[in-house]
Amino acid sequence: MNAISAALDGLGKAVLSYVEEMGRILLMFLSVGAWMFRPPLKARNIFKQMEFVGVKSIFVVVLTGTFTGMVMALQGYHGFRMFGAEALVGSTVALGMTRELGPVLTALMVTARAGSAMAAELGTMRVTEQIDALSVMAANPIKHLIVPRVLAGVFMVPLLTVVSDFCGIVGGYFVGVHLLDINSGIFIKNITKLVDLGDIYNGLVKAACFGLILSLIGCYKGFNARGGAEGVGRATTEAVVLAAITILISDYFLTAIMF
Amino acid sequence: MIRLEEVHKAFGRQTVLDGVDLEIESGKTTVIIGRSGGGKSVLLKHIIGLMKPDRGRIFIDDVDITRLNDRDLNEIRKKFGMLFQEAALFDSMTVGENVAFPLREHTPYPEDEIRRIVSERLQAVGLTGVEAKMPAELSGGMRKRVGLARAVALNPEIVLFDEPTTGLDPVMTEAINRLIIDTQQRFQLTCVVISHDIQSIFEIGHRIAMLYEGKIIAHGSPDEIRTSANPVIGQFLSGSIEGPIKIV
Ligand SMILES: Nc1ncnc2c1ncn2[C@@H]1O[C@H](COP(=O)(O)OP(=O)(O)O)[C@@H](O)[C@H]1O
Ligand SMILES: [Mg+2]
Repeated sequence: MNAISAALDGLGKAVLSYVEEMGRILLMFLSVGAWMFRPPLKARNIFKQMEFVGVKSIFVVVLTGTFTGMVMALQGYHGFRMFGAEALVGSTVALGMTRELGPVLTALMVTARAGSAMAAELGTMRVTEQIDALSVMAANPIKHLIVPRVLAGVFMVPLLTVVSDFCGIVGGYFVGVHLLDINSGIFIKNITKLVDLGDIYNGLVKAACFGLILSLIGCYKGFNARGGAEGVGRATTEAVVLAAITILISDYFLTAIMF
Repeated sequence: MIRLEEVHKAFGRQTVLDGVDLEIESGKTTVIIGRSGGGKSVLLKHIIGLMKPDRGRIFIDDVDITRLNDRDLNEIRKKFGMLFQEAALFDSMTVGENVAFPLREHTPYPEDEIRRIVSERLQAVGLTGVEAKMPAELSGGMRKRVGLARAVALNPEIVLFDEPTTGLDPVMTEAINRLIIDTQQRFQLTCVVISHDIQSIFEIGHRIAMLYEGKIIAHGSPDEIRTSANPVIGQFLSGSIEGPIKIV
């Protein structure tokens, strides 16, 4: 009895602290929003972040996208073959990628690569007083450090998702048509018949939300880091875990709203 | 003028500032001394509004900065330059970009004018041809000097120096002291300097204040401090381990 109430107690505290943290992140989001529209924004800072978040993530996104499409085709083929419905493999891969796996996997990869780096970089700036130095020079740290990163997240994760979707479908095509002998014409025809622009578009809206989530959380954790190198390490880990959890939770709700 | 009234600050259970009263005169150099970990950096961060006191008020030219919103505080901060204890250079920028940063933020100067000011400021701290280097490539002493150049880039009225000469060799220490004295005199700056270096203290300070156990226990001219009968000051200046200052 005691063990159960202790477990419930612990769970309640975890939920509470998650909600509290989300509240603080929301407050940060509001001030990012306010600073985003106050000129001048330094284009150079924004492009630098976009390059870091976007261009430098292409390789991992291509790799994960391709193999996910391939494995979906393989799994789908074995399942659909029982009903003689191999023709649906292509559209299954395409729907799965555009609606779900493209945005989610891309966001998780970018979280691991760029979200963690944001937390580490801002955390280091915090503990070495570089953020204080910005404030002292009457330069707002939110505007200088966080706005460019959040913009990069919101714009680049959808673009990367397009890449991921495309690679997944190509990977699925390769496995389905070349390895499993599905008819190429049917594979493609079913994709165009069953996937419409709305699927792609909704997937990209999801991706933009995930980009916002991972960049905000990465920045929030780094910005509030305390206590030297150890604190920066902690901030980085927490940023990745919190962003990944939040992406998956919000994915459910976004899906429930959209489809 | 900078005036602190009854400033209290605690971190958790640790009281760092315990009712600091201090008036810092304009156009003079005030040196703040006190033991390591005694709260000198914390005191400096209160003066520029990086930390808010738990209790008490801080006036800059008769404006209470503890009550200002961010925008008004930023206006006040434009009067300030600050050298951080560990220099706090932006490590994603080159040395030149670091010194140029306040100029790019707050002046409409064209690029070649900015470049000229940057190299002039760097020259004044004994550095030439380092504009393209990254802060990580510099020694601790060089970083500090770049931080100094950045702090005075905008010709501020008030400059806060957090241990400007700690970790420098004797020659460079003397050079930085001269630099502080010269700039202070040339622009009639208000300087607040934290220092442990007894020789430097008497060289650059018009006024000396000692922070001990969260309070300003003495504040006066160098001669008054030198001849003070207070045993804490006597022990601090002589560096003796015998006396009221507890080592542990
Ligand atoms: N942001 C902070 N959070 C918690 N404690 C702090 C913080 N800044 C300083 N302190 C504590 O306040 C005390 C005084 O620090 P400081 O002002 O840096 O000393 P010093 O006189 O050597 O400059 C130290 O014990 C330090 O641990
Ligand atoms: Mg200090």
